[in-house]
Amino acid sequence: MSTSVATSSTSGSKVALEKTVVKSWKTPIALGFFALVSVVLFGVFGRSGVTQFRVSTSADLIQIPDMFVPSDLTCWVLAIVMVALAAFAAWRVKVAAKVPLWLTIVFAIVFVFAFLTWAAAGALIPIPGLLIGAVSLSVPLIFGALSGVICERTGVVNIAIEGQLLAGAFTSAIVASVTKQPFAGLIAAMVAGMLVSFVLAAFAIKYLVDQIIVGVVLNVLVSGLTGFLFSKVLSPNEQLLNHPPRFDRIDIPVLGQIPIIGPVLFNQTIIVYIMYLTIAVVAFALFRTRWGLRTRSIGEYPQAADTVGIKVNTTRFWNVSLGGAIAGFGGAYFTLGSVGLFTKDMTAGAGFIALAAVIFGRWDPIRATLAGLLFGFATNLQSVLGVIGSPVPSQFMLMLPYVVTIFAVAGLVGMSRPPAADGKPYIK
Amino acid sequence: MKLELRGVTKRFGTLVANDHIDLVVEPGEIHCLLGENGAGKSTLMNVLYGLYKAEEGEILLNDEVQHFSGPGDAMAAGIGMVHQHFMLIPVFTVAENVILGHEPTRFGGQLDLPAARKRVREISDQFGFDVDPDARVEDLPVGVQQRVEIIKALSRDAQVLVFDEPTAVLTPQETDELMLIMKQLKEAGKAIIFITHKLREVREVADKITVVRLGKVVGQASPTASNEELASMMVGRAVELTIEKGKAKLGEPALVVRDFSVIDPIGQLVVNNISFDIKAGEIVAIAGVQGNGQTELVEAIIGLQPKVRGDISLNGSSLIGESVREILDEGVGYVPEDRNVDGLVAEFTIAENLILDRTNGEPFVKFGSLQLGLLADFSTEKLKEFDIRAQGIGTRAGNLSGGNQQKVVLARELSRDLKLLVAAQPTRGLDVGSVEFVHSRIVEARDAGVPVLVVSTELDEVVALADRIAVMYRGGIVGIVPGDTPRDQLGLMMAGETRKGNGKAA
Repeated sequence: MSTSVATSSTSGSKVALEKTVVKSWKTPIALGFFALVSVVLFGVFGRSGVTQFRVSTSADLIQIPDMFVPSDLTCWVLAIVMVALAAFAAWRVKVAAKVPLWLTIVFAIVFVFAFLTWAAAGALIPIPGLLIGAVSLSVPLIFGALSGVICERTGVVNIAIEGQLLAGAFTSAIVASVTKQPFAGLIAAMVAGMLVSFVLAAFAIKYLVDQIIVGVVLNVLVSGLTGFLFSKVLSPNEQLLNHPPRFDRIDIPVLGQIPIIGPVLFNQTIIVYIMYLTIAVVAFALFRTRWGLRTRSIGEYPQAADTVGIKVNTTRFWNVSLGGAIAGFGGAYFTLGSVGLFTKDMTAGAGFIALAAVIFGRWDPIRATLAGLLFGFATNLQSVLGVIGSPVPSQFMLMLPYVVTIFAVAGLVGMSRPPAADGKPYIK
Repeated sequence: MKLELRGVTKRFGTLVANDHIDLVVEPGEIHCLLGENGAGKSTLMNVLYGLYKAEEGEILLNDEVQHFSGPGDAMAAGIGMVHQHFMLIPVFTVAENVILGHEPTRFGGQLDLPAARKRVREISDQFGFDVDPDARVEDLPVGVQQRVEIIKALSRDAQVLVFDEPTAVLTPQETDELMLIMKQLKEAGKAIIFITHKLREVREVADKITVVRLGKVVGQASPTASNEELASMMVGRAVELTIEKGKAKLGEPALVVRDFSVIDPIGQLVVNNISFDIKAGEIVAIAGVQGNGQTELVEAIIGLQPKVRGDISLNGSSLIGESVREILDEGVGYVPEDRNVDGLVAEFTIAENLILDRTNGEPFVKFGSLQLGLLADFSTEKLKEFDIRAQGIGTRAGNLSGGNQQKVVLARELSRDLKLLVAAQPTRGLDVGSVEFVHSRIVEARDAGVPVLVVSTELDEVVALADRIAVMYRGGIVGIVPGDTPRDQLGLMMAGETRKGNGKAA
C-alpha cells in the first residue's frame, strides 16, 4: 500500500494548504464580449467626424484647452487595444495564471472612452459636467450604501433602504416647506428614515420575521403611503406643503478652482459636504473604534459577542436605526438638494442600486462609496448622451445603470465574503 | 477563588437538564466534571456563566451569593470559560479577539490596539504560549486558537476557569500540552473545572472527580479509580470498553484509490494526491484531526465532490464521474458524519427515513406509489433488529436521541446488499452503550466480507475498529500502519510527522 505526500513542516503558524489554480474563464469571456461589441459597433455603425472633449470649466484656475480627437480613428485604435487586452487575459488563464485586476480596470476605462468618442462624434462632451452630474446622482446611492454597510456589518440585511430614502425625501419636502427651513427638513428626513428602520428592526430582531420579507413589505408600504399622500394632500396644497427651499451650492475657495476635481467635488451643496464627513466617520468608526469592533463581531459571530457580555440584539437594534437615519438623510437630497419638490416614487430604485453598491463594495464603506460613484456615473452618462443626441435609442440608454450594476455585482465581485452572520437572527 | 454551586436546577420544558447539582471547587485544584454526552455538563456550565438562568439553586464565589444576568456579570466576577466551540471571531486578529467586550480605548472611543497587543504578549509570555497578537485567528491551528481562548479569559483576571470538552478538537500532542497548561494554571492558584467524557485525560490531571448522569450528581471518584469503574459510574451499569474482534479474513482489494485529489472552489488541494486500498473483509480507519481532508475524501467517494483528480474504483469499475444514485446502486453504504444534516430528515418518521435512498423503484415503490404495508413490516423488523428505542415506526426522527438516530441510519445502510461501507464519525456524540452497539455492527459487516472505511477523529475508536490505519494530515496520507500501532506513534503522525524507519506499510 503506497504512502505518498511528504508533508514536512509542522512548526509554521499558518495552516494554508497546497494550492492549484482553478481556471476561471469569466474575465476573458466578458472582456472578449465587450471587445467584440466594440468592433461590431465601430465597424458596422462607424461614425466619422471629430469628437470634442471639454476638460475645464470657466472658473478653473488653470485653463486646459479642449481636446479634439478624430472619432473613427480613435475608436479603431481603442478597439484594437481592447481586443489585445482580452487576448492577453485569455492567454493568462490558459497558462493558469491570474488575470490581474488592473487589466479589467484599464479595459473598462478604454471601453468607456471609446464609447464616448463614438457616441459623441461631431459633438462636444463636457467632462466636468458629466462628472458633476455623476457625483450629484450618486449622493443618495452613497448614503444608502453606508446605511447598508452599517446594517449588514451588524448582521441585518437592510432591503428597506429604498423605503428609507423615499420616506426621507417625502418628509423633508413637507417639513422644509412648512418651516421654510431646509435644515429642519434634513432633521425630519433622518427621523423618518429611522422610523422605517424601527419597524424593520422590531420585526427582524425582536419577532424574528424574515428580514428580506419585512424589508420588501416596508418598501411597498412607504411607496404606497407617500404616493397616496402626495396625490391627495401634497398636490392640492403644493405652495404650502411641497415647495421646499433648496440648498445652494457652496463654492469652497481654492479647492473649488482645481481643474476637473474642483468643480466636481468642491462646488456642491451642504448635503454633499456632510456626505464626505459621513463617509470618513463611518469608515473610521467601523474599523478603529470600540463601537466598530463590537458591531463587526456581532455581524460575524453573535454567540461569541454574547459570551463576552455584548448585548447583541440591543446593539443590532440601534445600529439598524442609525442606518435608517443615514438613508433618510440621503433621501432628503432628492428634494432639498436636486429636484426641489417631492414627486411620486422619485427614488426610482436608488435604494436597490445602493444595496448592490454594498455588495460590490464588499461591505466596506470606502469601496461602497466608489461603487456608488460608478453607478451614479453610469446614470449620468445615459442622460448626457441623451442630451447630445447619441445614436443609441434612448430606451437602451435607460438600461445602462442597471446593466452596469448587474455586470459589476455578478462579474467583478467574484468570491467576496459577507459578514458570516449577515441576515441571520440571533436566538440564544 | 472558591466556587460553590448549591442545588442548581435547570429545566427546559419538562426536561430536567440539571437536577439539584452541588459542586465545590477550591482554588489551586483541577476539578473534573465527568459524564456522557447529554448528561447536563454543558448546561450546568452555561448556568454558571450566566448564559442560562437556573430555576433553583445558587452560585457562590468565596462564599458570597452571586446573581448573574449575563456572561458579562460572570466575567466581572472572575469566571472565565474556554468553550468547546471557540468563541472567537475568525476574521479578527488575536488582539482584537482578546479585547472584545472590554476594549481599552483612547479619546473618542478609539481602540487602543498597542495596549491590547502588549497585554496579549504579557500573558502569552507568562505561560509560554507563543501567540502572535497580530495573527488572524482563522489562520491559526486549532491548538493555538484554544490558547487564544485561554488568554481571553486570563486577560479579564479570571480566577475560576472552565474548560468545556477542550480536547475534542486537539491532536494527542496538543492535548498533552493543554494538560501542562492546566497544571500551570493550577499552580498559579486558579480554580479549574475540566469537563470531559474521556477517562484517560481525567485520570491524568484531575484532583477531584464528580460524575454526572442524566442531570444528577451520581458521586465522587478518586483519580486513582480504574477506567472501568469510572465508565460504569458514568453509564450506570457495567460496560465493555473493548469490543470482541476476530482476525480479519482478507479478500481481494475492493476499493482502490489512486493518486486522488479533491480541489475546493478556491483551488486548494483539500485532499492531496493520496493512494490506498481496502480489501474485502477489512476495516481501514482514517485517523486525523478534524479538517484534514477526511470529510472531502468521504464525500468524493460517494460522489458529492465536483472537482477531483485521480481515480477511485470499486471492484474494478471506476466511481469517478458517476452520480450519487449510481454509486449507491453499486452497493455503497454511507453513514454521513453529521446525521442531523446529511443522514436523516428530522421531520420524517423512522419508517420514511429507513427507505430514503430506496424510493426509486421496487419493492417499496410500485407505479409511483409507496407500498405502505411493506414499509411498515420492514420498519418494524428493523426497529427490533437494531434495537431502536422509539414508540413506534411513526415516531419523527427528530424526536429520537442521538444514539437511536444513528441506529436508524445504520439500519438503512446495512439493510442493503453492500459492496462497501463508508462510515464517517459513526459514534460522534453517542453514549457509551450506543457506541458498543454501532461498533459491533460495523465489525459484523466486516466479518460478512464487506470492505469498510471508517473515518474518525477519536483515537479510541480508530484503535478499537481498524485492521489498518491511514493517518491524514493536511489532505495527504502521512502513512498507513497496522491496527495495533501504539497511540503515541499515531499521535505524532496526526501532527504530520512521517514515520521513522520501517518505511514499508502493512
